Amino acid sequence: MSNVTQSNPRPAGNYRHRKLTNNIMTGLAYFCTLLALIPLAAIILETVIKGLPAWDAEFFTGLPSTYGSGGGIKNAVVGSAIILGIAVLMAIPTGVISGVYLAEYGDNRLGNGLRFVADVMTGAPSIVIGILGYAVFVVATGHSAGIFGSIALAILMVPVITRATEEIVRLVPGDLREASLALGIPRWKTIIRIVVPTAISGIVTGVILATARAAGETAPLLFTVGTSNYMNYNPFEGQMMTLPLAVYEQSSYRGEVLQTAWGGALLLLVVIVALNLIARLAFRSRGIR
Amino acid sequence: MSAISEFFKKFRRGNSGDAVFQLVALVFSLVMPVTILAIFIVLWQESEISRQEFGISFLWDKTWSNSDQVFGALTVIYGTLVTSAVAILLAGPVGVGIAAFLTEIASPRVNSVVGFFVEILAAVPSIVYGIWGFFVFAVFLRDWIVPPIQFLFGWIPVFQGNFTLSTIFTASLVLSVMILPTVAAISRDVLNAVPRDQREAMLALGSTRWEMFSMAVLPYARGGVLGAILLGVGRAMGETIALTYVLGNAQVLFTSFFQQGSSMAQAIASLFGASTSNVLRSSLLEIGLLLFVLTFLINVGARFLVTSMSNQPSRR
Repeated sequence: MSNVTQSNPRPAGNYRHRKLTNNIMTGLAYFCTLLALIPLAAIILETVIKGLPAWDAEFFTGLPSTYGSGGGIKNAVVGSAIILGIAVLMAIPTGVISGVYLAEYGDNRLGNGLRFVADVMTGAPSIVIGILGYAVFVVATGHSAGIFGSIALAILMVPVITRATEEIVRLVPGDLREASLALGIPRWKTIIRIVVPTAISGIVTGVILATARAAGETAPLLFTVGTSNYMNYNPFEGQMMTLPLAVYEQSSYRGEVLQTAWGGALLLLVVIVALNLIARLAFRSRGIR
Repeated sequence: MSAISEFFKKFRRGNSGDAVFQLVALVFSLVMPVTILAIFIVLWQESEISRQEFGISFLWDKTWSNSDQVFGALTVIYGTLVTSAVAILLAGPVGVGIAAFLTEIASPRVNSVVGFFVEILAAVPSIVYGIWGFFVFAVFLRDWIVPPIQFLFGWIPVFQGNFTLSTIFTASLVLSVMILPTVAAISRDVLNAVPRDQREAMLALGSTRWEMFSMAVLPYARGGVLGAILLGVGRAMGETIALTYVLGNAQVLFTSFFQQGSSMAQAIASLFGASTSNVLRSSLLEIGLLLFVLTFLINVGARFLVTSMSNQPSRR
């Protein structure tokens, strides 16, 4: 309340002046919002205009080429699916269990510390995770592999899933827990059988949003997975193509190859918008972190 | 340590299933701190060649020479700081403006629609910003924005020079669009955490909406909004792939916004894969370590401001 009394240098009079200021500031707020929507509209529009012509049969069934008609992105789609799939499989248990831990046992100094670490990790630059993966795995084994990229992506996903899970598990009413505990059910069983199923839609939302974020990441894959113009189904051996890296590679050429890059960018955008829509439908979204 | 002794106490006295579950959950939650430790330790070890070769002066050495194999981090640190600073100067006020619109003006319906669009803006991958920034936005800047700026302000040194598509100017603008949703979303959460009473008291005194916002809401949320802006800075500093398109990969001390430059994250992405020399590779890993320390400190500060704001609404 002290702020209210402290900062009121203006006299109460001159209502017209005050109203004008109010209207200008309200207009500015509208303007800011419009200003943010312009680049969004421009990006989506341009990507559709430039990317859609690339979507032909060859685009979805062919392998990348650096000349001629630009080839396709089949191996990139397969590679992305494999790498992302493994990343999700690693990130879900880690993220969900840590989130549950923070919500159920985290009201102490250790919990606060872990929560802080998760928050800080959501802002960690993805390129740093990429070179960490390189320094740990690629240097040690001497080759690139899809699995290393999966681990890097999982590291980026875990803090997002953790915080989303924690937030939603905290919203589960205490009555439910108490009812279960009163029946003599141990706490761990209460958590697994009562608390988590109640919160599942929110947890799924968090997982989908984290997956959407990871799907578009390029930097962590750059030095761990690399690129490949061939099909590689084996995530444990050799380089693989992924969708973001296919766009990265193809965009350094001109003509139809560049168009393939735009097609890939459009596909990426479609996948990510779809994932965000699904997340919103699965649960009323509560914003991004 | 206390967690372990607590575990044994519980294991002996209470339900052993509970104790095991808690311990397993704790182990999973330790993955994140261990990762952070791993980043510090591994990058410290891997940058050994660079640290021995160049010492502490690596931080302020402006040389970047492949032929002499001498590398200093000053040019990329400078590039990171300038682009992030310009980006936040542009995106900060706009982001807070959006947050003000969402919390004070918009109806719930508009709020949810605009909120969704802002989320999509946040979800657009860096690579898409990159190719859009280079092939569309930079061309637009060259044809429509830069000529009038140079016509009006061309006498100021920072606006001189020939605009190539990838410049500090392009990179800063693309970055500002990319960090806008972060600033907007976190500021919105912070403004939402300001108690309704605070607003109602001010309105009851006969204030206009702007006076209510500027005198009762913003001073209250000051720390949190600053935190949101810092989070935006942190994100801008770590932004990588988009900048490989729009920054130019030139390790120089640029003097104009229309020159090419290089940032820490961008230099790693552009040069690491093709680097054949151990010295360059090690230098880039040291830059990675510096980048992580820098963003880590900024994020810690920002999170401290944001959480202290939204966890204790009755602080003042």
